Amino acid sequence: VPGSVVCCSSQNYPLYIRSVPTENELKFHYTVHTSLDVVDEKISAMGKALVDQRELYLGLLYPTEDYKGYGYVTNSKVKFVMVVDSSNTALRDNEIRSMFRKLHNSYTDIMCNPFYNPGDRIHSRAFDNMVNSMMMQVN
Amino acid sequence: ITEVCGAKRMGYFGPAQFYIALKLIAAAQSGFPVRIESIKNELPLPRFMALKNDTEVRYGTPAELHGVKFQVTHTTLEKNSYKRTDEGDKQEPKSPPMSPICSPPASPSTYQRIPLSYGYGKARSGLEQQHGAPYEVRHSTHQQDGPSSGNYGAKSSLTCSTPNRSLSVEREQQDSSTHYSDDPWRITEEQRDYYINQFRSLQPDLNAFISGSVAKNFFTKSKLPIPELSHIWELSDVDCDGALTLPEFCAAFHLVVARKNGYQLPETLPETLLPEYLQAASLKPIRDCALFDSYPEPLPGSQQTRDFSRTEKSSAEEVTDNSALLQDGKKDDRQALKVSTTLKTIPKEFQHLTVKTAAQESNALKARPRSRSYSSTSIEDAMKKGEEPPTPPPRPQKSHSRASSLDLNKIFQQNAQAVRSGWLPPPPPALPPRPSVSQTEQSSEVDLHPQMNRLPSQAEENSSKKEVVLAQPPSKPARRKLRTEAQGLETPELSPTINVTSSFPASKAHLPVQKQSSKQKRAIQTAIRKNKEANAVLARLNSELQQQLKEVHKERIALETQLEQLRPVTVL
Repeated sequence: VPGSVVCCSSQNYPLYIRSVPTENELKFHYTVHTSLDVVDEKISAMGKALVDQRELYLGLLYPTEDYKGYGYVTNSKVKFVMVVDSSNTALRDNEIRSMFRKLHNSYTDIMCNPFYNPGDRIHSRAFDNMVNSMMMQVN
Repeated sequence: ITEVCGAKRMGYFGPAQFYIALKLIAAAQSGFPVRIESIKNELPLPRFMALKNDTEVRYGTPAELHGVKFQVTHTTLEKNSYKRTDEGDKQEPKSPPMSPICSPPASPSTYQRIPLSYGYGKARSGLEQQHGAPYEVRHSTHQQDGPSSGNYGAKSSLTCSTPNRSLSVEREQQDSSTHYSDDPWRITEEQRDYYINQFRSLQPDLNAFISGSVAKNFFTKSKLPIPELSHIWELSDVDCDGALTLPEFCAAFHLVVARKNGYQLPETLPETLLPEYLQAASLKPIRDCALFDSYPEPLPGSQQTRDFSRTEKSSAEEVTDNSALLQDGKKDDRQALKVSTTLKTIPKEFQHLTVKTAAQESNALKARPRSRSYSSTSIEDAMKKGEEPPTPPPRPQKSHSRASSLDLNKIFQQNAQAVRSGWLPPPPPALPPRPSVSQTEQSSEVDLHPQMNRLPSQAEENSSKKEVVLAQPPSKPARRKLRTEAQGLETPELSPTINVTSSFPASKAHLPVQKQSSKQKRAIQTAIRKNKEANAVLARLNSELQQQLKEVHKERIALETQLEQLRPVTVL
């Protein structure tokens, strides 16, 4: 079952892209890219209000006929976008939330690494492993 | 045996020779004649009494096994050789057994001279590979690997500058029975001690953390690529807090060392590098260090005394200064020079760097709860720098203007006094009305008044003399006068330049007080010029007064003639 996870920096360039399966990756990227616009829209809509935890999860961003895009933004405007197949109806909101939470935690762990400069591509094996396991779980 | 295996012919024990030799030894011990044919027999492994060797055979692929074992035994060794290539000849003080170990490059298939104990393990693995048959081996009480014992042999020879290897091997085997080095991910005693010392150089409190930035700079010095360092960090920072505790640091360091020696980094942290494991194990070496009996050798003794003094020092200083930190690092260097172990000399470079970077780091540390009082170094530096500036200013002041001018003033005062006293007597016999005239002149030329008075009283012939005299003393008294006036004007001011600038406007005859002779010359010249001008003025004045005198004379004569004309009346 296809799906993809993308992590974007605050300047909206990708820090991490992982798609399963690897074909049709371009379509995934396109979907993610369009989702980013929605994310930005939602962020700007938050406006002056303080960002609380629950607003980090943006929920369903963009349902197409095939895919659903979910978004999550951290306090430092790092965005996580997850695109899952629409056929995967077993996925509920809670699961998506927990997946994003895991992503966020892994990202925090990466940030703790002094050798990681914010804005770099993410090459962490731990992060990869976590994403892989998540994708397997989803699929 | 040597001859049979061909080593004598070649002059050294190559791998093949070594294997053959061992086989021959086994044959001889089993009672077979020493001949090449004996090798073909099925032989038990030769027994070496000096070393308590045993095998816990781990069969991977032969190449891997060989490579791994070789790498293991070379771990500490390669550090040595690696650093040797980096540092050149820093390994001179080592004992001769070192050099054969050090000389071979780090490649599994090419090693030349190998001490017996060291090569034994490798040969065993080589034998095992070649024959593939499990041998029964005499086991010691410790389940140690052959290479591990070989490593001990190598290690002990590495660590001891004295060639009592076998002794130390046994002892080490007895004492550190739970530390095996068959596993490349296992930290040996020396390595642990070294890591602890490095930790101390970064962070004197062993229970505290090393911050991420400090660790980053430290590990960056190992010149591994950043992604690998990043991965190492990921592996070793188990609690993912961005800081390294001592066990985490040891693990990270060990991974760095392993990577430098050619090992691939594992995907997950090996069990032996887990902080819990390392923490439990870390208690042991401290305990061992406490046992003076178990390490009677000079090296560990000095090491432990150093460690003790270190721990004392670190415990005594709750809030450590950077001075202590630097001292620790310096002590490290000194001790390293004294002890001259591989581990110390290897990373001497490291130590120098860490000492320096510790100093720098301590200056540049970000605010971390457990970090050092890094501002203290900068304060010390600032203090040192601050001491220097105040001292220079007083010096020039004392040396020249006041002191010299004072002396000169005294001299010239005396001179002037003498001159004055010399001049004073003549004026009274001079015409009394003259002083009234002369008083109209400038006050600065008071000195010249006596001369003025003298001039009309005596003949013109003196004037030339006096002019000469005038030229010389006036400059001096004038200078003295200037000096006194300058002093009076600028007692608080000490710089000569200010003397110059402020005295000039005082009067035209004032000479600036100069430090240097060139300036003095110029001053003298200006004084001469001024005096000449004054001279000219006075000469003019003189001529005018003489004219007046003549006129007065004429009047007097006229009056006297009138008187005489009136007198004949009284004569009759």
